Amino acid sequence: MTYRAFKPASLLVLVALTVSPASAGTPPVGAASCSGCHRPDGSGTVPDLGNLTTDEIVAAVAAYRKGERPATVMDRLAKGFTDEEIRAIAAWLTQGPSAKP
Amino acid sequence: MKKFAPSPHGLRKVHPPSRRRVLLNVAAASVATLAAPYVLAKQAAQVVVVGGGFAGATAARTLARDGDGDIAVTLIEPQTQYTACPLSNAVVAGMRDLKAQQFGYDALDKDRIKRVSARATGVDPTARRVTLEDGTQIDYDRLILAPGVDLRFDGLRGYDQKAAETMPHAWKAGAQTLLLRRQLEDMKDGGLVIISVPANPYRCPPGPYERASLIAHYLKTKKPRSKLMILDGKDTFSKQKLFEAAWKELYPGLIEWVPLSSGGQVVEVDAATKTLVTDFGKHRAAVASVIPPQRAGEISAIAGVADKTGWCPVDPVTFESRLQPNIHVIGDAIIAGGMPKSAFAGNSQAKVCAGAVAQILRGETPTAQKLINTCYSVVAPVYGISIASVFEPRDGLLTEVAGGVSPMDKPASFRAEEARQAEAWFETITRAVYG
Ligand SMILES: Cc1cc2nc3c(=O)[nH]c(=O)nc-3n(C[C@H](O)[C@H](O)[C@H](O)COP(=O)(O)OP(=O)(O)OC[C@H]3O[C@@H](n4cnc5c(N)ncnc54)[C@H](O)[C@@H]3O)c2cc1C
Repeated sequence: MTYRAFKPASLLVLVALTVSPASAGTPPVGAASCSGCHRPDGSGTVPDLGNLTTDEIVAAVAAYRKGERPATVMDRLAKGFTDEEIRAIAAWLTQGPSAKP
Repeated sequence: MKKFAPSPHGLRKVHPPSRRRVLLNVAAASVATLAAPYVLAKQAAQVVVVGGGFAGATAARTLARDGDGDIAVTLIEPQTQYTACPLSNAVVAGMRDLKAQQFGYDALDKDRIKRVSARATGVDPTARRVTLEDGTQIDYDRLILAPGVDLRFDGLRGYDQKAAETMPHAWKAGAQTLLLRRQLEDMKDGGLVIISVPANPYRCPPGPYERASLIAHYLKTKKPRSKLMILDGKDTFSKQKLFEAAWKELYPGLIEWVPLSSGGQVVEVDAATKTLVTDFGKHRAAVASVIPPQRAGEISAIAGVADKTGWCPVDPVTFESRLQPNIHVIGDAIIAGGMPKSAFAGNSQAKVCAGAVAQILRGETPTAQKLINTCYSVVAPVYGISIASVFEPRDGLLTEVAGGVSPMDKPASFRAEEARQAEAWFETITRAVYG
């Protein structure tokens, strides 16, 4: 049996357009991976990045990279990103919960 | 508003009769959309995801949330409950409940993902159509395959599905995990436990050594005259120095690792006698966990996206198959450079793939991303070690650009912190994917 009418998606479009006006956009390079460990409500062991400012995140990652801040994994990961990438990620992470994956 | 280029087949769907009621409801409701003509002018692109594990469930949710309603997401997954493998070695060792590993799909339903509880049995890349076991057909604009691994029951002489009931692989968490645990509990003190490890690549490279560690912890505390042997199909392994240092410190004389060059490769097993045969001799176990060679889940071969190695080569920016257009593959099923087969990697890949698919459907050019993998191994209840790396597309492959394993010679407090992080990571990832 073939149905051409099965289009629940069009309803969803309506809902989406009314409820969320802005698109989340594509996250900057590398940003999607952060939420693998950092969860929005914090977990005690792994800090909640949403509580930090862009500058605080940038400074922390820079210190990790130079080995000036005690770390378990962040010193290893920080070396994989440029200053510009870190700033873009930090800005994106602190722009409000609705924009994060 | 974003522009879409859905395929001409995008909305042609074939459904079994049981869908009729749903359709009537939808038809009634869609009258309401007439009030918004610009909505009707737009057709949602159809993305179908096969497999609701760490990779597939993440991709489905990311698209449903960030697709702005322009993308209709269908998730095909036969199981109604997912049993996660990370930390399942702690279940084997009696340190954790299997229930802590199990997650339902309710949260995905709330994300407006259309979930189909069935197995995908066919893919027609030309017609862009997936077939389910009951004959139902679902059309797609973009297909994302995330079927995980299949254990190759033709890959090791004597090791078939029936042999696995005697010599559990426990490499897909669930009944097998509990079976191995029960066998350890039933074993007399003084028994020999053997773990057989395949050559690369396979799911979770450090997983067998984490298993050896936690079983050793169980033996040391409950059956101290017992021994553990690892028969390995290779000469080096992930986090090797850290594991070996930990074994020396925590389980001296308990674990024997036999590498390939010393006759470690198991070439045949006899389930009736729990005997493992190598080129150099035979070993009889009281309990044997045989981790067989693996390949990408069967649907990838059916779809024509697996190559002759059994794994799926993909573009490292979009995760689109190198072999078939419009089909993306993520998670354990892919082979795309140095990224290991881990839940963390599958989750990272899924987010990047979902972003790329959304960009493609909007007519944009996908942007290259960097991906992270962080994998913890728990060596004892308060002793964790990790590997953490950053990957980026280079020369068509996901190439490691930074990272490494935990430093050697760290105090107990550092290892305890990584053990805590292992659990925190599991909570975070499972909440993000299923919560
Ligand atoms: C003992 C052990 C410990 C581990 N520890 C860690 C760890 O600490 N950290 C870490 O990051 N990773 C760990 N892993 C690895 C991790 O479990 C896998 O990498 C991860 O599950 C891969 O996710 P996936 O979505 O690709 O595949 P899966 O999780 O296997 O999901 C695949 C899904 O697809 C479904 N499926 C398959 N075929 C079809 C079909 N034809 N139609 C519909 N659905 C289909 C299956 O039912 C399944 O639900 C561990 C693995 C093991 C075995």
